[in-house]
Amino acid sequence: MTVDEVKIGGLGAKRRRVEDSRFIRGMGNYVDDITLPGMLHMEILRSPLAHARIKSVDASAALAIPGVQLVLTGELLASRNLAWMPTLSYDTQAVLATDKVRFQGQEVACVVADDPYIAKDACEAIVVDYEALPVIVNPTQATANGAPVIRDDKENQHDNVIFDWEVGDQDGTDRAFAAADVVSELELHYPRSHPSPIETCGSIADFDRATSKLTVYMTTQAPHIIRAAVSMVAEIPEHMIRIVSPDLGGGFGNKVPIYPGYVVSILASILLERPVKWIEDKTGNLISTGFGRDIYLRGQMALRNDGKILGVRMHTDSDHGAFFSDAQPTKFKIGLMHAAFACYDIPVAHLTARGVYTNKAPGGVAYRCSFRITEAMFFQERMVQAAADDLGLDQAEIRRLNFVKDDDFPHRTPFGFLTDSGQYGKCLDIGLEAIGYEDFLKQKEEARKNGRLLGIGISTMTEPLGAGNSREYDILGIKMFDSAELRVHMTGKALLRTGAKSQGQGHETTWAQIVAHELGIPADDVVVEEGDTDTAPFGMGTYASRSTPVAGAAVSMVSRKIRAKARKIAAHLLEVSEEDIEWELGRFYLRSSPDSGVTIQECAMAAYSNLPDGMEPGLENNAYYDPPNLTWPFGCYIATVEVDPLTGVWDVLNFVAVDDCGVRINPMIVEGQIMGGLAEAYAMANMQFITFDSEGNCVGSNYMDYLLPTSWETPGFELHEVVTPCPHHPIGAKGVGECATVGGPAAFVTAVRDALKGPGVRNIDMPLLPDRVYEALTEGHDVSGSPPVRTDL
Amino acid sequence: MYPARFSYEAPETIEAAVELLGGARGEARVLAGGQSLVPMMKLRFASPETLIDINNIPGLAYHGADPDGTYRIGALCRHVDLEKDGDLGTLQPTMAAAAPLIADPIVRMRGTVVGSLCHADPQGDWASVMGALGGSVVAQGPNGRRSIPCVDFVDGPFQNVLEPDELAIEAFVPAPVGTRAGGYLKLERRVGDFATVGVAVSVEFSGTQVTRAGIGLTGVGASTICAGAAAEMLVGEELNGDNIARAAGHAAEMSQPRSDHRGSEAYKRHIVATFVTRILSSLQRTTQEVA
Repeated sequence: MTVDEVKIGGLGAKRRRVEDSRFIRGMGNYVDDITLPGMLHMEILRSPLAHARIKSVDASAALAIPGVQLVLTGELLASRNLAWMPTLSYDTQAVLATDKVRFQGQEVACVVADDPYIAKDACEAIVVDYEALPVIVNPTQATANGAPVIRDDKENQHDNVIFDWEVGDQDGTDRAFAAADVVSELELHYPRSHPSPIETCGSIADFDRATSKLTVYMTTQAPHIIRAAVSMVAEIPEHMIRIVSPDLGGGFGNKVPIYPGYVVSILASILLERPVKWIEDKTGNLISTGFGRDIYLRGQMALRNDGKILGVRMHTDSDHGAFFSDAQPTKFKIGLMHAAFACYDIPVAHLTARGVYTNKAPGGVAYRCSFRITEAMFFQERMVQAAADDLGLDQAEIRRLNFVKDDDFPHRTPFGFLTDSGQYGKCLDIGLEAIGYEDFLKQKEEARKNGRLLGIGISTMTEPLGAGNSREYDILGIKMFDSAELRVHMTGKALLRTGAKSQGQGHETTWAQIVAHELGIPADDVVVEEGDTDTAPFGMGTYASRSTPVAGAAVSMVSRKIRAKARKIAAHLLEVSEEDIEWELGRFYLRSSPDSGVTIQECAMAAYSNLPDGMEPGLENNAYYDPPNLTWPFGCYIATVEVDPLTGVWDVLNFVAVDDCGVRINPMIVEGQIMGGLAEAYAMANMQFITFDSEGNCVGSNYMDYLLPTSWETPGFELHEVVTPCPHHPIGAKGVGECATVGGPAAFVTAVRDALKGPGVRNIDMPLLPDRVYEALTEGHDVSGSPPVRTDL
Repeated sequence: MYPARFSYEAPETIEAAVELLGGARGEARVLAGGQSLVPMMKLRFASPETLIDINNIPGLAYHGADPDGTYRIGALCRHVDLEKDGDLGTLQPTMAAAAPLIADPIVRMRGTVVGSLCHADPQGDWASVMGALGGSVVAQGPNGRRSIPCVDFVDGPFQNVLEPDELAIEAFVPAPVGTRAGGYLKLERRVGDFATVGVAVSVEFSGTQVTRAGIGLTGVGASTICAGAAAEMLVGEELNGDNIARAAGHAAEMSQPRSDHRGSEAYKRHIVATFVTRILSSLQRTTQEVA
């Protein structure tokens, strides 16, 4: 009898998330929920200045406060060669400042005390004597003649340039431009934002003096990489380190890097031989940890009169803050920026990129995106729109004309990626139909006659998710594969562990569904564990939408290994040879007599009780999966808006999303991911940004200044799907967690700009705050750059 | 949340609270809803030695009209009490328009109107509403009570004129002359954000003729601006396009905005004029329909 796959919670089942029953009842287990016997509390003293020389740090008054156990300063760390640590981009970062502070919020000292109140009081009692230095807050200032050198700690660093990098074919691109009928240009700024997970960063370091083993409970999306890094930085043997990442309250890339707080809590625990807890406050998280974006992009597009794109030039000026600590694959300096224009059939392109240091927080993490893809796709879509405007072409038509066609895969992108699947035109058609494209254009014209401003914006893109194949993708030299380990118990229940780490993506639900699909074991019979390096198999962690493409594939592969062994057991139980049996979901049966068969559960019991001679007992295995390519989901996002001509306030009228992420394992979770991504896309377009005044003061250091939209202002989204299976993924799935965040912003911005369209307004930079929209509308000129900040705040 | 150390008192009478305030010599803060004070203590922008929690004092949660039409709001009346009061739209249309725009639903559940007035945030909404309505704050000190008109109550950002030993126990609005109409409009970037610009307008009519008018402006000065002069231009007239435009223009001139990341000075002035116009035009339509 065949098992019903949806009933057992297999592929395609809209199964309720199993982790939610503890989350929504307040029974999750986050780092801050953990209390260890004898635990102390650590607080960080941060720099109030963005750039200053440290003349002295006097902790005597802090040490005199009862309950203070230890004050750690840069000097103390330097004496143990721990004042600086390596970053994920081959730079160094100060753990605690010694010579200078280089951004507001930088870690200067740490207090360890009996309780967090005392620790905080003691931080206030530390006296730091600063000598203020000139401050740099953007790439223009960073590269100006005579600019102060921020990283004077580095021997060969004589300016603020971190890298000059290029990719593509410069000569070929020049030739394409020489042959162009029209050249379109665009310059824009993608403002700095912050992933801002609800849970901030934190750790509890527990150095066991009896065994010399170090256990660290830590908010990390990549526990195994952390274990390796801690081993290298702290010179502790890797087998004596256990990293446990318990439930995470969101990550969005923010919990990939290694932060000074983690390192100092570890050192403090070793010095004091007691557990030390550090829980960052919200301001600390916003002003010092990994941010996203903060990049100026400009470029040109060579076009034929009919709209065919002949070539693209791009240049990026990226602001990395005081330390180059971007989390990204080693080969690349500006992430996967060069994935831009991948959905269009463009013969040639050239990208140059310059990164600079500024007196701002370091980071440059992939905030809900696959390494700078968000900026790449935003520029791509705005550039295509600019070209459409210049040529007087319809925004849907120029995209359709240039899309890679369904039968042109695999397709080599102008920067060298290999896309392998998609139905771009179909997605666009569904989107246009859903939004009522032709009707809306008429409605827009009618409304304009009555003084109402309506606009529509389309954004389409494919992006590389699931880094990656190990030929090209590594972090600090460690290849970007992933793994899964599956143990099937004798009663047919199973324990699955992977090297990924859910931060809300629902792995406990989804991975079990993959096992159910491969083995016919009901998903409810599979428990999923992640995040403990002593038990989970090695993995690179969860970010860049890589879990389903890589770890999810490993889950399939390990399940198939289990099935192969179960087949041998089934043959033994049925007393036939393996060639005589067939598999259907959950059951092996005799080809000649389909009613005779054994279930996977019966095979599991036999693995512990009735094995063929010579077979190794048990039913467990592991699999390491190195994907042959990235996965290439496609998204089409269309927004319609109305702008109030007297205030510049804009409202979303409708929003349609068409996502093709290949086979959907749990459609409900996929939809949740898309909804969440669109909310963040709307946020970035509308309000969510961090900026700095000329003295480097961070504007956006708390939730009154750093605005996350609530359910009140976030518009509704209408979701549609197309399924083009990934040709190389075991179950045809592609990454999806980030598509909407990546592709969404351009739809909103284009729609607002479309509503204003008149001579002169080519660009309004995000965030599209009402005053900026009003300025563009009434002055008829571009509104570019960060929102201005008063310096006397 | 790790505030600095403080002591906590929870008096059960107004007199006891006033006595505690006196004893603290200016180092105490009153806790009513705590929606501004507690976040400030969390950030250690405020580190009072003593918190005097007045939530145990009975009889301060009231709001409503006296027989003579005077409208009173006790010190423990929450924003949500006004928001949910179905009669408020008739009695106090400006307040009714403002109540649902105060911060977010969570803040409205606990935050108090009088506490908000005392907090004297230039971006607070109630001060301009009360200013437009000609309201006052009642303070109780060791020697009795006094009324302080809202226009005089605030003397700078986050500063009010209460003596250290005075407790604000009530805010009140005088009875209208004729029919009361009004509105409140707020430009905010997000629910719960402080106002980029808030405009409160109150107009009292006899028939279609304006008998009394007030305009209060939020977020466009170092403290709330009562644009009385702009409103007084309307008294004795029927609302029309011309006088609405003049009042709006005058209110914009009276505002003192500064450019910041919420918008430029010129933009904020423009929003003041736009909102005054929008509210008055809507009142004009309503009064003419009634007439």
